[in-house]
Amino acid sequence: MSIRQTDQILELEDVTLNYDALTAVDRVSMRIRRGARHALIGPNGAGKSSLFAVVAGHLAATGGRVVFDGMDVSGLNEAARARVGLVRTFQHSSLFLGMSVLDNARLAVEPAKGRPKRAWPSRRADRAVTEHAMRHLDSVGLADRRGTSCGALSHGERRQLEVALVLACEPRLVLFDEPTAGMSAAETQRFAQLVESLPAELTTVVVEHDLDVVFRLADRISVLAAGRLIADGDPAEVREDSAVREAYLGKPRSSEPLFGGTS
Amino acid sequence: MSTGVQSPTSSTRSARVVPRVCFGAVVLLLAGLPLFLAPYPIGLAGRILAFGLLVVSVDLLTGVTGLPTLGQVAYFGVGAYTAGLVGIHATSSAAVQLVAGSAVAALVALVTGAVAVRTSGIVFLMVTLAIGELTHQLADSWSVVGASDGLAGIPFVSVLPGGAPLVLPGFLYWWVLAVFLLGMLGAWLVTTSPLGRSMRGVRDGEERLRALGQQTYPVKLMAYVVAGALAGAAGTAWTAQTRFISPGDIGFDIAAFALLSVVLGGAGTLWGPVVGAAVVILVRDWLATFLDGRGALMLGILFVVAVYALPRGVAGARWRTHRTRGSAT
Amino acid sequence: MLSWLDANTATLLNGFALAAVLFLVAVGLSLVFGTMNVLNLAHGAVSLTGAYIGVALLGQNAAASSFLVAVLAAAAIGLVIGVALAWLTSSVGDHLRQALLTLGIALIAGDVLAEVFGDDVESVPAPAGLDGTVVVLDDPYPVYRLVIIAISALIAGLLYVVLERTRIGAIVRATVADRTMVEAMGIRTSLVLGGVFGAGAALAAVGGLLAAPILGAQPGLDDTVLLLALVVVVIGGLGSLRGALVGAVLVGQVQTLGVSLLSEYASFLLFGGMALVLLVRPRGLLPAKIGSHA
Repeated sequence: MSIRQTDQILELEDVTLNYDALTAVDRVSMRIRRGARHALIGPNGAGKSSLFAVVAGHLAATGGRVVFDGMDVSGLNEAARARVGLVRTFQHSSLFLGMSVLDNARLAVEPAKGRPKRAWPSRRADRAVTEHAMRHLDSVGLADRRGTSCGALSHGERRQLEVALVLACEPRLVLFDEPTAGMSAAETQRFAQLVESLPAELTTVVVEHDLDVVFRLADRISVLAAGRLIADGDPAEVREDSAVREAYLGKPRSSEPLFGGTS
Repeated sequence: MSTGVQSPTSSTRSARVVPRVCFGAVVLLLAGLPLFLAPYPIGLAGRILAFGLLVVSVDLLTGVTGLPTLGQVAYFGVGAYTAGLVGIHATSSAAVQLVAGSAVAALVALVTGAVAVRTSGIVFLMVTLAIGELTHQLADSWSVVGASDGLAGIPFVSVLPGGAPLVLPGFLYWWVLAVFLLGMLGAWLVTTSPLGRSMRGVRDGEERLRALGQQTYPVKLMAYVVAGALAGAAGTAWTAQTRFISPGDIGFDIAAFALLSVVLGGAGTLWGPVVGAAVVILVRDWLATFLDGRGALMLGILFVVAVYALPRGVAGARWRTHRTRGSAT
Repeated sequence: MLSWLDANTATLLNGFALAAVLFLVAVGLSLVFGTMNVLNLAHGAVSLTGAYIGVALLGQNAAASSFLVAVLAAAAIGLVIGVALAWLTSSVGDHLRQALLTLGIALIAGDVLAEVFGDDVESVPAPAGLDGTVVVLDDPYPVYRLVIIAISALIAGLLYVVLERTRIGAIVRATVADRTMVEAMGIRTSLVLGGVFGAGAALAAVGGLLAAPILGAQPGLDDTVLLLALVVVVIGGLGSLRGALVGAVLVGQVQTLGVSLLSEYASFLLFGGMALVLLVRPRGLLPAKIGSHA
């Protein structure tokens, strides 16, 4: 097993995804640095969702490799990738609505700290899991709501719980799936603050449409169009890139500011 | 800050006493039935308990894990026929029959479940229906188990080693009650265990659970095997009291009634479906005698009514249709 | 090889005859599932209704013309039942409850049919002129079964043309692939669903009627037919015509060959076959293509 540079937490090597005749992702190669705040953007139909699914492990790539922290995870499914620290979020709230807040947190903690398939109850063994779960709930201020059924939480509380669940997996990289879709301006602000407050060693990769958020948060941006990577650099470079302009606007318009002052 | 294990509901400690007292009272009542009921009602009660345990196994999959099934009759049949064969050819020890029947049923559930739980939602329902019906057909044509005539002449079981066979309906009923309570205990233990939590996680959000790092296939398979064992145990209890098992006892209609019982009683609660089972059996066997035996018709109507009357459907199960990504729930 | 074929000609042809009936029943089940994800557990009862229509309308020595009338009646009644089922299930929220609703209806229908026609096996005669035998590879074989195979193949061809070459067919295929997209295009998918359900049920009723001279009509037949149709759909793949055809041929052959070779263990074979297919392809052999997720 070769020892790779530990600087790169995620490497995509010629990742390709074909659906029959359609090529959704076309030999995309990327390197993401540990601790980076990375964003993935592109016009509609660019293949962002497909690339996201491949990196998360939801879909298997038809070609290429995904290397996470030096380990080839191409053969691992979604759950296995989450176990090694490659965790994704969901665009729409997807909590376990029929269960209590505490049980939701326990589900997140159990794969690492407990035995999720043990078929008999054991108070003693559950204690460790519960402690960890409570700690994460505490950090998002939901500790006193632990017995409440998830379905009874307010919208904001649900968002908090989502965050707690993701962090409870003790991720090394978090993949955000269009997190601000459908959010109000205030909520988008809160989301941006959340990402800014995350620990520095946690890498975040955000697939986004909202370019204001992207340019506020990201220190590096990759741009996809028609399944190909057409630009990959810091925000200033991407702003000026003519290929990116063309992809978004259709043809080069040198006098038109691309990512400034738009809605 | 307390780190004690909380019950999943928001009930306080004192509020949990009431259900426990109720449960104790019900058990006492059930145990006391032979003291004031005639043999026919006792037999009916025993059949309700055996069918009830089958229904609990259905609920374990349908209500707890979110896998509605029409196939548990297959494992019920495996348990019942195994107990019958053991009784005829080996021993009339009730305990041996119980263990043998449950074990064989669990094994068959493991083999069939390994394939079945690779599917989900409606396809899973189809596959389990096929499993149930194919088992029914197998029982109907296999000479080893009596084909369409079924297994008759199964000797009375005995509980104590070398003890007298249980001939009186009251004693047989107590054995069935014991198996039922044992089965309920097992089901309850599983639902309050980490596996139970994982099962409910599969029900409420399988994709999410996988994204949290849990492989869901083993969870579903384990739930399937446990449910299979429970159904098998129910089958052995059935055979012990009726001393006869035939393909008619494991047909498609029985599978449908079991699912109906779960829908009626309240999926996911374990005890609710037992009440549903009692309603179904009483309607079919008792009420139908007043209506020239049109039991299936009444239950069909009950089914239709239950579907329209229940607001949230079975366990609020989220169906995995072929959603495109990003569509609203 | 040839001598085996010769000895088992009748069995092979029986397999195709069963496949012919199963195709007619299963294609409706598969397409209804493909367009609206409804598992129609009343499908077997619809098929049995078709068989009982034969019992009701055809006496001994029925002329071919009255048989034709019975077929049209079965198709019409099946159509009405199918549309009614589509309407009933559309008012119910989730797919499980829809399936349970059809289950309740199946129980009611089964009981009503038994009430009206009795519990005995009723037989339906093959139409006069088609009830003889013809020599196939040195052995006599019932003409009627060959006719069923031909009719079914014809219908399969017609369905193929409709689905692949007409606008209606294109809409149906698009609805299977991506219903929301079709809705967005302004097409009333509820009409599409009603049509598919109606046509599927009509085919199932006709299939039941055509099978009646061979299988008869009796309570419990609806369960058997439903089971076989489900296995066809699971093996063949959901929502596709070709899947239903391939699945029907496979199941028809396994069932008849299996029974003649293994008698009591035929169920194992069908079990095993279904399990094998699901292990390798959980969606069946030739499922309909669903729209991409990109």
